[in-house]
Amino acid sequence: MTDFLLELRCEEIPARMQLKASDDLARLFTEELAKSGLTPGAIDSFVTPRRLALIARDLPLQTAAVSEEHKGPRTSAPPQALEGFLRKTGLTQDQLEDRDGVWFATVNKPGRATADVLAQAIPAIIRAFPWPKSMRWGAASQTTESLRWVRPLQGIVAILGEDLIPCEVDGIQSGYATLGHRFHHSGEITIGGASDYAEKLRACHVIVSHQERQSIIAEKSAQAAAAHGYTVVEDKGLIAENAGLTEWPVPLLGDFDPAFLEVPPEVIQLTLRINQKYFVLRDGQGKLAPAFICTANIEAKDGGAAIIAGNRKVLAARLSDARFFWEQDRKTRLEDHAKKLERITFHDKLGTVADKVERVAKLARWLVEEGIVTPAAAVTPAKAGVSGGSAPTPEMPAFAGMTKSELAQLAEQAAYLCKADLVTEMVGEFPELQGIMGGYYARAEGLPDAVADAIRDHYKPVGQGDDVPTAPVTVAVSLADKLDTLVGFFFISQQPTGSRDPFALRRAALGILALSLQMPKMFSVRDLTLRWIFYATSSHANYDSSIPLKKQFSELFFTLMGDVSLPFFDLAIKNDTLDGIRSLFEEYEPAKLASFRSNDAELLDFFADRLKVQQREAGVRHDLIDAVFALGGEDDLVRLLARVHALQSFVATDDGANLLAGYKRAANILKKEAPQTPSPLRGEGRGEGERGEAERPAIDVAHPHPTSEGGTGLLPTLEGEGNSGLSYTPEIAEAALIAALDVAEPRTAQAVAAEDFEGAMAALATLRAPIDAFFESVTVNDPDPAKRTARLALLARVRDAVHSVADFSKITG
Amino acid sequence: MAEGKALSFQDLILTLHAYWGKQGCVILQPYDMEVGAGTFHPATTLRALGPKPWNAAYVQPSRRPTDGRYGENPNRLQHYYQYQVIMKPSPANLQDLYLGSLVEIGIDPLVHDIRFVEDDWESPTLGAWGLGWEVWCDGMEVSQFTYFQQMGGYDCKPVAGELTYGLERLAMYIQGVDSVYDLKFNDAGVTYGDVFLENERQMSKWNFEVADTEKLFRWFKDCQSEWRQCIDNGVPLAAFEQAIKASHTFNLLQARGVISVQERASYMGQVRDMAKGSCEAWMQSNGWTA
Repeated sequence: MTDFLLELRCEEIPARMQLKASDDLARLFTEELAKSGLTPGAIDSFVTPRRLALIARDLPLQTAAVSEEHKGPRTSAPPQALEGFLRKTGLTQDQLEDRDGVWFATVNKPGRATADVLAQAIPAIIRAFPWPKSMRWGAASQTTESLRWVRPLQGIVAILGEDLIPCEVDGIQSGYATLGHRFHHSGEITIGGASDYAEKLRACHVIVSHQERQSIIAEKSAQAAAAHGYTVVEDKGLIAENAGLTEWPVPLLGDFDPAFLEVPPEVIQLTLRINQKYFVLRDGQGKLAPAFICTANIEAKDGGAAIIAGNRKVLAARLSDARFFWEQDRKTRLEDHAKKLERITFHDKLGTVADKVERVAKLARWLVEEGIVTPAAAVTPAKAGVSGGSAPTPEMPAFAGMTKSELAQLAEQAAYLCKADLVTEMVGEFPELQGIMGGYYARAEGLPDAVADAIRDHYKPVGQGDDVPTAPVTVAVSLADKLDTLVGFFFISQQPTGSRDPFALRRAALGILALSLQMPKMFSVRDLTLRWIFYATSSHANYDSSIPLKKQFSELFFTLMGDVSLPFFDLAIKNDTLDGIRSLFEEYEPAKLASFRSNDAELLDFFADRLKVQQREAGVRHDLIDAVFALGGEDDLVRLLARVHALQSFVATDDGANLLAGYKRAANILKKEAPQTPSPLRGEGRGEGERGEAERPAIDVAHPHPTSEGGTGLLPTLEGEGNSGLSYTPEIAEAALIAALDVAEPRTAQAVAAEDFEGAMAALATLRAPIDAFFESVTVNDPDPAKRTARLALLARVRDAVHSVADFSKITG
Repeated sequence: MAEGKALSFQDLILTLHAYWGKQGCVILQPYDMEVGAGTFHPATTLRALGPKPWNAAYVQPSRRPTDGRYGENPNRLQHYYQYQVIMKPSPANLQDLYLGSLVEIGIDPLVHDIRFVEDDWESPTLGAWGLGWEVWCDGMEVSQFTYFQQMGGYDCKPVAGELTYGLERLAMYIQGVDSVYDLKFNDAGVTYGDVFLENERQMSKWNFEVADTEKLFRWFKDCQSEWRQCIDNGVPLAAFEQAIKASHTFNLLQARGVISVQERASYMGQVRDMAKGSCEAWMQSNGWTA
């Protein structure tokens, strides 16, 4: 048993790739050795900017001898078959064994020297290495077949015990020699083997362990900060990055002019962290300190004075730029910045960002006027992606006194300004500060806090787990912005497909759900899309009677709608109520309306899918979600979700479980008896016609559409009214079930109509005992066809009553 | 920095010339056309193609009309200098050669923190890309270091190493001045501002306000038709010059703000077609295959 050292030395490996590469090397090495039956005891991995290395512990010097048995042709087979087998095994015929008329060969493979295995494995590993990006270099790159590596590969050290493993890749020979620190140690170092590798390099100013360099950076920067009364803002990613940029990390503290602190702290932090890879510091009060820590790669002759001076100068230049932007941007009011949004294309078919902002502002106002976003703000604030309803309600912010019209006005104002910072210098320099800068600029020009907050936070929630805004102005703008994006891209048929979602519509939909589900009322998708079309296509706000009508509509109108009839134009200008628009479409453009409708259905499905994903992640059973969604006909997701939650509670009860069992039995019998009769889901929603549920002829239920051609199903259609239609005296349990249904059906229907799903479930629960009793004592499949038909119809009533709440057939278990 | 006697701007250039000349580079003079970067010099773009070894170093004035600030920003210029080194095939010790040049101009790597930070390079206009680093000195980017992988859409066989020094920035660092205009141009009292400040003022005005956009659009079209002529008549070097002209004319149109976002992509595509087409014709005229 002995240890093996491998070092692959190259020019500077990008910091972000090092840890993955280190894992890949260990994995490839293990796999390659496993092919020869070798398993190292343990693998230690090392990586610096200039080397990838590993030490494999306790390798045997030989691989184990193996004996393999091969089955050959039958002894009666033609001689060519036998010859082929002998060639393959390298044996002679007398070495074969005849077992029941079949030749068997036993091939003994002696163990191989581990050194030979390694000599073959190393080039294979190097050639197969999965760098995210690799390159060719040097004279060998005359051909594109030359070796690829992340940066030029310069040396290979491969030592088993104390012995060199000779190997060669593209002219690079393995050896004992490596290099130390680029500046602290000139000339080659000779490595003895695994045992002295790390220490020899340490003596030459290279710490080969990434982890150790990270610890040094963390500890020494904390010490340097503490010496000045500061603390380091934790940033594990930045520690790892600096460990990936240094072989001998030396954290150094420098300061910057406190006058720069007038610039928003987010800007300073980004400048430090992203541009300069410096650590950010806080003072005793927790405020941003006018200092930074950079991580040098040398023990400088002057103790680092020149390095600190140089870095201070670079930082000062960058912060001066930032301060210049901060001052420059504030010379222009946000509303004037916003005018420049006309120059930025949002999407070819959806106009400029200015067009988008116009729609968002109108949608935001509409959301408030419809009562979808209310001054009372969120009822149930939540984290994105977490089911609404469980989070505690925080104290209501001070919006309680706001009236609806004040809220509408603020939401519209904030929406008009929400994208203005995109054209500021600061956001041009730091795109990740979009929204944040707008918030600062809004406050600086004295806009109301609610508006500044809305501008700052309207991109939220940006992903699962992000905070969901609760302030009403913010909610209105955030919701309107995402709705505009989603409806717009659906409208121009840019729905996500498979893994492609270039406009991040899934994320927008999840954001919309997270925002909506904390509101007391949901928007209707149908109303929303009609609104959007109207806002998108009319330049209503700027109506000017001197301009011909056609010009009142933006170009977008024609892009989206193609030609429309002139009376529509005339009237659209004067009708900005939803009903007005709807009737206009119905009268003049029925075909267009129909195509919007199919769009609505797709959009609704998309929301439903997102809601399922979101609820599943929140732990709601997906079969229950499916059961509720299968009903269709409902485009209010808040109501759908209420049903899912009610159903979840119900099926957990005894009554629920038993009713489900009874339902399944009934449904199975019906399926067997009338396979052609489709499951009559009440897709058209509650309240079919004037007759109440109770007055419906019982037998009708088996054929929910009595006007459809009778007699196509196996069940005959009986005329008759209620129980009196029975041509025989029902058995006690049968009569009891009829009576129970007569009561439960209207109660369920009323509860559903009142959106009281707990009530609907409770009404259904009353059916449990009568159903159990019915199955206990009544034979459905009675020889008398009249009884059989009537009982099947009764079971259909049970099924349909249940289906008025959810499609129980989707529920598993 | 400024410890000891720091090099003047012109001595910085002369020192680099002497150093890279010793490494076997042909010391060229700047290309006499407006270009956005030293890479556009045919000594880099076209010489990066094909199998022949090639080592060269030169200063290239570079023009970026949109970076003009009327001489009012101490760090931004619409006309500045790049020092460009190309070595093909890339020598095994190119990093060491580069670091040697830093020592030569007065940067001691045991006093100053030199780092190679990942920065891959891509020029859609030239159909080119490479892997490499930006070189940091005490947190400041002082050079770009690139191993060309493709040029004009062709694999580089062999690969060339390209070094680009930002001369003004490097000089400001070495001399320890905060404004480019305060740089010592020589040791006889002439500053960078004496030489270029008025040029920045006037050229910024011309780039942003004066340049006749109708003429610029026409020039662009003329470059395209002349480029076609050159290609048809088998003079790819002349064709490449037309691509360079078109590229700079496009940059001027950008500065004048008359190219919309949508048109921008289309113009860039036209310049790319000309640049790549020139490379293709150059390959063919030399009998090199992809």
